[in-house]
Amino acid sequence: MTSQAPPAPPVQAIPPTAPRDAVRPPRWVVPAAGIVAVVAAYLAFRGTATLPHDDDAAPFRFVNDVRAWVDANRNQSPVFLFFVNYIRLFVGGLYDAFLLALQAPGWAGLIGIAAALGWLAGGWRIGLLSGLGFISFGVLGLWEASVATLALVLTAVLLSLVIGLPLGIWAGHSPRLRRLLAPVLDVMQIMPTFAYLAPMVLFFQIGPASGAVATLIYSVPPAIRIAALAMEQVSPTAVEASVSLGATRRQTLFKVELPMARATLGLAVNQTIMMALSMVVIAALIAAPGLGSDIIRGLTRANVGLMLPAGIAIVIMAIVLDRMTMSAAARPPYPVTGGKARIGPRLRWAVAAVLVAAGLALGRVLPAEFPEEWVLRFAAPVNEAVNWAKFSWYDVTDAIRNFITEVLLNPLQAVLTGAPWWLVTAVAVAVAWRTGGLRTAAVAAGCLLATALIGLWQHTMETLTTVLVAVVLTLLIGLLLGVAAARSPRFAAVQRPLLDAAQTMPAFVYLLPALALFGATRFTAIFASVIYAVPPVIRLVEDGIRNVSPAAVEAALSCGSTERQLLWKVRLPLARPAIRLAANQGIVMTLAMVVVGGLVGAGGLGYDVVSGFSQRTDFGMGFAAGVATVLLGILLDRITQGADRRPSPRTSDRTTTRKKRIA
Amino acid sequence: MTSPDGVAIEVRSLWKIFGPRAERVLGGPDAELDPDELRAKTGCVAAVRDVSFTVRPGEVFVVMGLSGSGKSTLVRCLTRLVEPTAGEITISGEDVRAASPAQLRDLRRNRVSMVFQHFGLLPHRKVVDNVAYGLEVQGVPRRQRHERARAILSLVGLDGFAEARPDQLSGGMQQRVGLARALAADPEVLLFDEPFSALDPLIRRDMQAEVVRLHREVGKTMLFITHDLSEALKLGERIAIMRAGAIVQLGTPEELVGAPADDYVADFVRDVPRSEVLSLRWICRSPADDEHLDGPALPAGTIIRDAVPAVMESARPIRVVEGEELLGVVDRLDILTAMSGRAGTGS
Repeated sequence: MTSQAPPAPPVQAIPPTAPRDAVRPPRWVVPAAGIVAVVAAYLAFRGTATLPHDDDAAPFRFVNDVRAWVDANRNQSPVFLFFVNYIRLFVGGLYDAFLLALQAPGWAGLIGIAAALGWLAGGWRIGLLSGLGFISFGVLGLWEASVATLALVLTAVLLSLVIGLPLGIWAGHSPRLRRLLAPVLDVMQIMPTFAYLAPMVLFFQIGPASGAVATLIYSVPPAIRIAALAMEQVSPTAVEASVSLGATRRQTLFKVELPMARATLGLAVNQTIMMALSMVVIAALIAAPGLGSDIIRGLTRANVGLMLPAGIAIVIMAIVLDRMTMSAAARPPYPVTGGKARIGPRLRWAVAAVLVAAGLALGRVLPAEFPEEWVLRFAAPVNEAVNWAKFSWYDVTDAIRNFITEVLLNPLQAVLTGAPWWLVTAVAVAVAWRTGGLRTAAVAAGCLLATALIGLWQHTMETLTTVLVAVVLTLLIGLLLGVAAARSPRFAAVQRPLLDAAQTMPAFVYLLPALALFGATRFTAIFASVIYAVPPVIRLVEDGIRNVSPAAVEAALSCGSTERQLLWKVRLPLARPAIRLAANQGIVMTLAMVVVGGLVGAGGLGYDVVSGFSQRTDFGMGFAAGVATVLLGILLDRITQGADRRPSPRTSDRTTTRKKRIA
Repeated sequence: MTSPDGVAIEVRSLWKIFGPRAERVLGGPDAELDPDELRAKTGCVAAVRDVSFTVRPGEVFVVMGLSGSGKSTLVRCLTRLVEPTAGEITISGEDVRAASPAQLRDLRRNRVSMVFQHFGLLPHRKVVDNVAYGLEVQGVPRRQRHERARAILSLVGLDGFAEARPDQLSGGMQQRVGLARALAADPEVLLFDEPFSALDPLIRRDMQAEVVRLHREVGKTMLFITHDLSEALKLGERIAIMRAGAIVQLGTPEELVGAPADDYVADFVRDVPRSEVLSLRWICRSPADDEHLDGPALPAGTIIRDAVPAVMESARPIRVVEGEELLGVVDRLDILTAMSGRAGTGS
């Protein structure tokens, strides 16, 4: 994208023969007039047509009725009897099988197997990391829960890969399928995690099966996308050479394309696992077993000490699985000749076998349960520390919170909920039209009208307020740090490992420090979403600025530009596509986090979703709130995507955007 | 490099049009449009337009053109790596366009191989497995195909590199692997798609010599695509010059340089040293009345430069003969004029 020149400025030279252009008003007049009109309309109509929230709206009752019908007919309707129930049984059975397989070797045996797999994937470092990581699950007192989470992750990942890889490989060969899948995957990826859950309950009831299916839906898009990308990246000459030698399609696929795409396919597996890990925790809301239930409980009770061990266990699991899959994918596909002597394949397997055998043997000697005296309990001291921090930093945290709440949140929310719905819609449509043209405007109008129709206008506006404030903060911080990193290699070197670590962690882990510092308030969700969304924004901005054509930079320097001029006149303008993409990513991620923030007092749609699971009577509202988050996500994504595409409305631009998004 | 009679490849009225509803363009009057108009009107690109030629067995036939002239598409149409829109292709008597997928695979496996500009080697396989790939997809057992691959590797001068990885080799050596891979199945026809364009000039010269040597040793029919005129003149027995998808002239190097069909070809061959390509046939003139016709005789096919020693030794004009027939004479002045690069005055 960086090679793309900025859009050519409109031709300013006005030929004298065109008097129509000569009297054209300056560019700022139309937007300014629009703003004046909106302000006037707001002042005139404030308080009218506001669509206040009603817990018992007709759409909610309708969904409740549907659920009642489904519950009553679960064992009669053929759709359930012969289709949905079998999926539930199959997925549930798969989960049970994984759980059994993980429990069978005993805790010591499983640690030995983990270490062996780590060793096979990436040598002694990864083996050690993997072994220690699994030991830590026991030390944290969470062995059973960790194994359950692992089983759930493996179930969802296996299903995702079985569905996603073939589909992705097919899509990599068929542009038609790719075009067909693209919008579906787009929507799946901007859907906030919460939105998946209610329909799962409707179809699969609560429990591990619906948790696994929700996780599967969340983690399948990267599998498809990256597998398709992997196929596209295979050297076309190699494929052509294979075909020219008379290979069948099957031979070309298995002997040329798959081996050459190995590293990227490894990345697909890795990303699928990472997505699954962040989803299994949220799936605890619908009674999926494992570490998630501790975290959700801790979150809803604002008890940091309760959720910290589980949070640490999830992060450790994420790091172990990430490093293991990444180093397995990065292993050269053949032994490197020359250089330092490598361990032969026979010795590698022997070491792995010894590790497994040692684990199994120790399991015989040691007690069946992870020994209680090895468990480290630190809930109480953590809670003390949190209280101390809350108490002693109260002045600072309270000042920040109040500032954001009073200066940004409250006024904006008052405007958005106080304005007539048609005015808000009109403004959104105008913005969408300006950034993305007629289609985007239509999408924006459709999304907002739909939220109004399902009775969630006010809560959507509340969530939108939180998202907008969080996005402004995210982009501000992200731009500053991104520019700083692009300008100073030393700063970038310090920041990079932090970003790497941040991007490995499952989303809701960020709620932990936010909760510890700010308690359960709206601002907590903002704080968490900012720290969640800032790392990718920083990275995109930094890469965008760094990848500006060196020739352009050199040319500007040779004209005598100062560093500052270089930044403002060359680097930032040329990095504009990357910065727009960063804004888009920031918004989508922020929305996802703000909705999860419903658990810790963010209110709005997220809270509706959560209460939909906890109270049966609110199920309809929770379901509708899930739909509303999706609509809001599509609205925000389309508006920013539209902005991204504005300079050249070509399809090629969109594909680069997609690739970046995967990366 | 003489060629026996017969036909190795025959191409008749071949068309390849990329774009929506290409068949409709073909039948109608749009087919006559020039490329820009066609694209503006229909969104189609005619990469190959009504191309016909034949290649004799054992001949080195060169297709030359600038980038975008359709030459790479043309060579891919021959084994239907790119599906032609219309026309006939016959390779050693077999109708390629009518071939079933299985027949087509058989053709690609056993009779026609291709060498690519960017090599197209498989980085995850050893050199020997790259060379043996064609045999592997045919189901030849491992020992047999490795044996054959090693033999071919020594033919292209890569003894001792069988166990290396492609990325450990230099560009020239990688293309030797590509060449070996194409030769491994012992095909009748080798297609070269700008095989040496990605190489340094010195290595390119080595590789051209290698192709000449291989052609002498194995005597395959070769169809060679290039954008480099000197490469075309060096290798080609006959050369087809393509422009905008069509062949503008087809002939021996001598015919192209001596009698360009149009300004485009003339522009192309302008800088070719004529005395090194043209023969005496092109510069001989009818003797003047007072000239002595008892000087030494040279055949009409003698390259001008090669006539220099004879003309130096003789004070008399040289008789240019075709068999017994006297075509004309050349003297020192004629030779010098030709060598100085000015346009020849001959027939």
